[in-house]
Amino acid sequence: MNAPFEGIGASVRRKEDLRFISGRGNYTDDINRPNQTHAVIRRSDRPHATIVKIDTAAAKAAPGVVAVYTAEDLAAIGGLPCGWQIHSKDGSPMNEPKHPVLAEGKVRHVGDPIAVVIAETKQQARDAAELLVIELKDLPSTATVTDALKPGAGQVHDNAPGNVCYDWHLGDKEAVEAAFAKAAKVVTLDLENSRMIPNAMEPRVALAEFDRSTSDYTLYTTSQNPHVIRLLMGAFVLGLPEHKLRVVAPDVGGGFGSKIFHYAEEALVTWAAGKLGRPVKWTAERSESFMSDAHGRDHVSTAQMAVDAQGNFLALKVSTLANMGAYLSTFAPAVPTYLYGTLLAGTYKTPAIYVEVKAVFTNTVPVDAYRGAGRPEASFLLERLVDAVCHDTGADPVAIRRQNFIPRDAFPYQTPVALQYDSGDYFTTLDVALKNADYAGFPARKAAAAAKGKLRGIGVSTYIEACGIAPSAVVGSLGARAGLYEVANIRVHPTGSVTVFTGTHSHGQGHETTLAQLVTSQLGVPFSQVDIVHGDTAKIPFGMGTYGSRSLAVGGSAMVKAMDKIIAKGKKIAAHLMEASVEDIEFADGSFKVAGTDKVKTLSEIALTAYVPHNYPITEIEPGLDETAFYDPANFTFPGGCHVCEVEIDPETGVTSIVNFTAVDDFGRVVNPMIVEGQVQGGIAQGIGQALLEHAIYDESGQLLSGSYMDYTMPRADDLINISSATENTLCTHNPLGVKGCGEAGTIGSPPAVINAVVNALKEYGVRHINMPASPQKIWGIINAGRMAAE
Amino acid sequence: MYDFAYQKPSSLADAARALASDADAKVLAGGQTLIPVLKQRLNKPSTVIDLSKLGLAGIKVSGDAVTIGAMTTHAAVAASAEVKRAIPALAALAGGIGDIQVRNRGTIGGSLANNDPSACYPAAVLALGATITTNKRSISADDYFQGMFTTALAADEVITEVSFPVPARAAYVKFKNPASRYAMVGVFVATGPKGVRVAVTGAGQGGVFRHTAAEAALGKSWSAAALDGVSISPDNMNSDIHASAPYRAHLVGVITRRAVAAAG
Ligand SMILES: Cc1cc2nc3c(=O)[nH]c(=O)nc-3n(C[C@H](O)[C@H](O)[C@H](O)COP(=O)(O)OP(=O)(O)OC[C@H]3O[C@@H](n4cnc5c(N)ncnc54)[C@H](O)[C@@H]3O)c2cc1C
Repeated sequence: MNAPFEGIGASVRRKEDLRFISGRGNYTDDINRPNQTHAVIRRSDRPHATIVKIDTAAAKAAPGVVAVYTAEDLAAIGGLPCGWQIHSKDGSPMNEPKHPVLAEGKVRHVGDPIAVVIAETKQQARDAAELLVIELKDLPSTATVTDALKPGAGQVHDNAPGNVCYDWHLGDKEAVEAAFAKAAKVVTLDLENSRMIPNAMEPRVALAEFDRSTSDYTLYTTSQNPHVIRLLMGAFVLGLPEHKLRVVAPDVGGGFGSKIFHYAEEALVTWAAGKLGRPVKWTAERSESFMSDAHGRDHVSTAQMAVDAQGNFLALKVSTLANMGAYLSTFAPAVPTYLYGTLLAGTYKTPAIYVEVKAVFTNTVPVDAYRGAGRPEASFLLERLVDAVCHDTGADPVAIRRQNFIPRDAFPYQTPVALQYDSGDYFTTLDVALKNADYAGFPARKAAAAAKGKLRGIGVSTYIEACGIAPSAVVGSLGARAGLYEVANIRVHPTGSVTVFTGTHSHGQGHETTLAQLVTSQLGVPFSQVDIVHGDTAKIPFGMGTYGSRSLAVGGSAMVKAMDKIIAKGKKIAAHLMEASVEDIEFADGSFKVAGTDKVKTLSEIALTAYVPHNYPITEIEPGLDETAFYDPANFTFPGGCHVCEVEIDPETGVTSIVNFTAVDDFGRVVNPMIVEGQVQGGIAQGIGQALLEHAIYDESGQLLSGSYMDYTMPRADDLINISSATENTLCTHNPLGVKGCGEAGTIGSPPAVINAVVNALKEYGVRHINMPASPQKIWGIINAGRMAAE
Repeated sequence: MYDFAYQKPSSLADAARALASDADAKVLAGGQTLIPVLKQRLNKPSTVIDLSKLGLAGIKVSGDAVTIGAMTTHAAVAASAEVKRAIPALAALAGGIGDIQVRNRGTIGGSLANNDPSACYPAAVLALGATITTNKRSISADDYFQGMFTTALAADEVITEVSFPVPARAAYVKFKNPASRYAMVGVFVATGPKGVRVAVTGAGQGGVFRHTAAEAALGKSWSAAALDGVSISPDNMNSDIHASAPYRAHLVGVITRRAVAAAG
C-alpha cells in the first residue's frame, strides 16, 4: 500500500489540533515562573484629562504589594515606537507624538494605562489598584474624525495641530481632474468603514523574567512576531541589546492583527522584572482587551467615479479620513496609505486614480492593522462605488465589472497607484462564482421570498488584495522602518527527520501542518518526520512574523530556498559516496540518483553521512545538514476573486439573514485545500460580522459604549450559513511556490458583497447605500422612513 | 472578587436565619448573574449563602398548575416532559435562555429574584398570572415585579417555588438582542383561567409590564388580526445602541402578533 499523499495539494489534517482541542495547548497564561509576581494596571476611565495627582501611598502599603509604578518611575525608558513613517503631500514627515508606556501628564483614551501595581497575588494587586487615588481633570475630547477636525476641537496632542497626523496622497491628480471634466457622469458616494474590535479568543498576556546570574531577560508574550517585539522593545523602549533579550510567543489563540503590535504591557513587565529581580505577569481581562487591544478600520470617505457613456471607468477620486486613535500604534500609519490607497485600482483598468488620506488623532483606542488591514477598506469603498454607479446609471453590476476588468493578457499590469499585479484572471473567478451561486436563478428565488413577505437581495464583489508584504526595498521607500523578508532554518537530523525553524508565527493558521507539507514535497521526508518550530527568538535565527497573509508566500519561499541549499549540499555528498560527478546527481522523491544508473542514496543515508563523516569530502564541504535562508520577495502577491452574497430581510423587524454565500478565490498554488477553506470561512465569518453585526461604538466624548459582549455583537454560528468555497487559481509568477496567500481574503471580499446584497434587497425603498453594520435597527429605520414617506 | 464567607446550609430555616442575621449576606443560586457581578467587583457581600442543599429543585404538575422549585435549572424546565405537555410555551422559553452552560446552572428563582429587565421568565410569570412562594408568604405576579431589578422580595426573603396556572393557550416569542441574546423585546401571551394576559419583557424602562391594549383587543377576539391598530407608545420604552424606543415600540407590536399566531 502506498503511504497517503501528504505533500503540496493534500488536505492533511492539522497536526496542531490534537493539542488544541484536547486542552494541551501551551498559551502564555499557562506559563508560570518560580517566585512570580502579578501586575494589575489602573487605566483611565476618562477619554481625555489632565492627571492632577496620583497618590500611591495607600496602594504601596497594601498587603502583598511589591511595587507601584507610574510614568515618573519610567523616566529612563522610551515611548512605544511607531514602525512606519508617512510623509504628507508637502513632503513633511507625519506628526509623531510620544506614546508613553504609562500616561505622562494626560490620559488620552478610556483604557490609557496610568499606573501598574505589582503584588504577590493577582487578588492583592487588584485590591491595591483600587487604593490608588487618581485625580483627573477632564479636557475637551473627540471620538470621530469629523469632530476631531472641527475648528476648536479638543487637541489630543500639543504637537499635532488640528489633530492631524498626516495629509497624504497618491496618484495623478491632474489626470483625474481632466478625466472628470470630460466624463459623461461622475458618481459620488459618501461612506464609512466601521470601527472594529479584534476580539482574539485569547486575551493578551505578558510574562517577563530576569536572570540575575546572566542579566538575561525573557519575555513570554501573545505575539504574532516575537523578533519584531524584541527589536522594538529592546532597541527603542528599554535599551536592551538583542543578545540579552529573548522573546517567546508560544501557542497564541488568535491575533487577527491585534497581536502584531508592541504594547505597553510588554515593556512594562519586562522593565519591572529587571527592576524587581522577580518574574512579573500580566493577563488582560476581557474588558481590558476591549479598551487596550488596537482597534481596526474606522474610515470616513468620499469616493467618486467618472464614467463615459458606455460605462467605462475613466477615473477614480477618493478622499479619506482615517482614525488613528489617541496614539500611533506600531503599523498604524501604513494601513490607510500603502495598504489602502495602493489597492484602489481593484480589479479594474481605471486609467487615472487619485487618493488623499488624512490621518486624524481622536480620544479613542489606537487603530491599527486588523485582518485585511487597509484592503477591506479599499475593496468596500470600490465595490460599493461600482454598485452606486449601477444605481445611478442603470448599468448591470456584473456586466459593468466584466467590462472594466483588467484583461487576462494585460499581466503584469501596472496600476496607476504604484502596484504591479503579476497575475490574475478576474473573469474566471466571476464566472465560476456566478455559476456556483446560481445567479441566474435569483429572480425566481426573489419572487418566492416576496410571496412569503421577505425582501431578497443579491450582491457581487470582485476584489483584489496585496499580500506577502513585501520587498524590503519597496516598503523601505514607502516609509517602513523594518525590512520585510522572512527566514527559515532547515535542520535535517542524522537519521533523516527534519526540524524547520521559521520566522513566521502560527496563531491559528495551521503552519505546523502546511509548512511540513512543503518539506514533504520538496525533500520527500514523510509528513510525520517533520516538525515546525516558531515563536522563540532563542531558537529561530530571525523573522518578521505573520501578518498580511505572508507566511507561505514569504516564509514558505524562504524554506524552499533553504531546502535548495540542503539538496545542493546533499548532491555533493551523494556524488562522493556514489563516485559520480555532482552534475550527474538528480534529486527526486527523497532520493539522490546518479542519472542513467540505478545507483541511489536516500536523504536519510546522506544525512547520516553528513553527521558521521567517515567517508566524506571533508576538504570540500563541512559536516552537517543544516541550512538557513533569508528570502526577500520581488513583489507583493495579489490574491483576488469574487464573492456573491444573497440575503433575505424581514421587513417587519429589519433582520437580515444570509441565505447564500459563494466565494471563488484565486490564491495561487494551494498547499492544503482544507486549511485554505477554513481560512476562507473564518475570514468570511469576520466579514459578515463587520457587515451585519460588529461595531465599536463610542459616544461623542469618547466613552466606549460597546465595551463588552453584552453590547459588542460577535458573529455566532447561527448568524452564518454553509459557505460555498472554491478556488480558481493563477500562479504567482515571482515566488518559487507560486503561492499568493489566503488569510485575509474573506474579510476583504465579503463585506461589500453583503452590503451590495442588502442594498439590492432594499431597492424598492430607494436605498442607494447603507453603512456597516446593517443592523436590524438601521434597516428597520430605512424601511419605516420609506413607509412614513409613502403614507 | 472581594473576599466573602461562604455557607451552604441544609435547611431553609437555617438559610433564612443566616440571611436575616446579616444585612450584607447574599444568596447564591445558579450564579449566572451573581458570580459575574462578584468577579467584576460590583458587589461586596459579607457572606454568600448557597441554596443548593435546600431541596428546592423539582417540578410538580397537578391538574391545573405547574409548580417549579426555585432551584430548578432552565435546562431541567426545558427538558421536562410534564412541563412540555402542560405549558409547552414555558418549556420553550426556558430552552431559549442563554446558552447550554447558562441553562445548566441558571435557575428560575435566581432569574425572578434578579428581575433583569431583559430576562425571559418574568414575562411568563406575569402573563400566566403565576404565584411566587417564599419562606414567608405567597406573592401574586401582579404584585411581585416592581421595576427593573426591583421586586416585592424583602432582603431576608428566599423564593422557594413558583406556581403557574395551566393556560388554554400560550406562547413566548423573543426578539433577541443581537449581542447579549437576552430579550430586546420578548412577549408572552396567554389565555386561560386568568383571562387574556400579555406580558412584555426587554422593552420597558420599568422592566416587565402588561400590554393592556393588546389584552383588551385579544379579549374580544383571540387572533393576530385583532391586534391591527393596537400600538404602544415609545414613551416608556428603553433605548440603547441596539434599539431606539420607537423601534422597540414597533417590535412589541410585531412580536405580540407573532406570539398570538404561535399560540394558535
Ligand atoms: C451568558 C448569559 C446569557 C443569559 N441569557 C439569558 C437570557 O437570554 N434570558 C434570561 O432570562 N436570562 C439570561 N441569563 C440569566 C440566567 O439565565 C439566570 O437566570 C440569571 O443569571 C439568574 O439565575 P441564577 O440561578 O444564576 O441566579 P444567581 O446568579 O445565583 O442569583 C441572582 C440573584 O438572585 C438572588 N437569588 C437567587 N436565588 C434566589 C432565591 N431563591 N431567592 C431569593 N433570591 C435569590 C441572588 O442573591 C442574586 O442576587 C443569562 C446569563 C448569562 C450569564
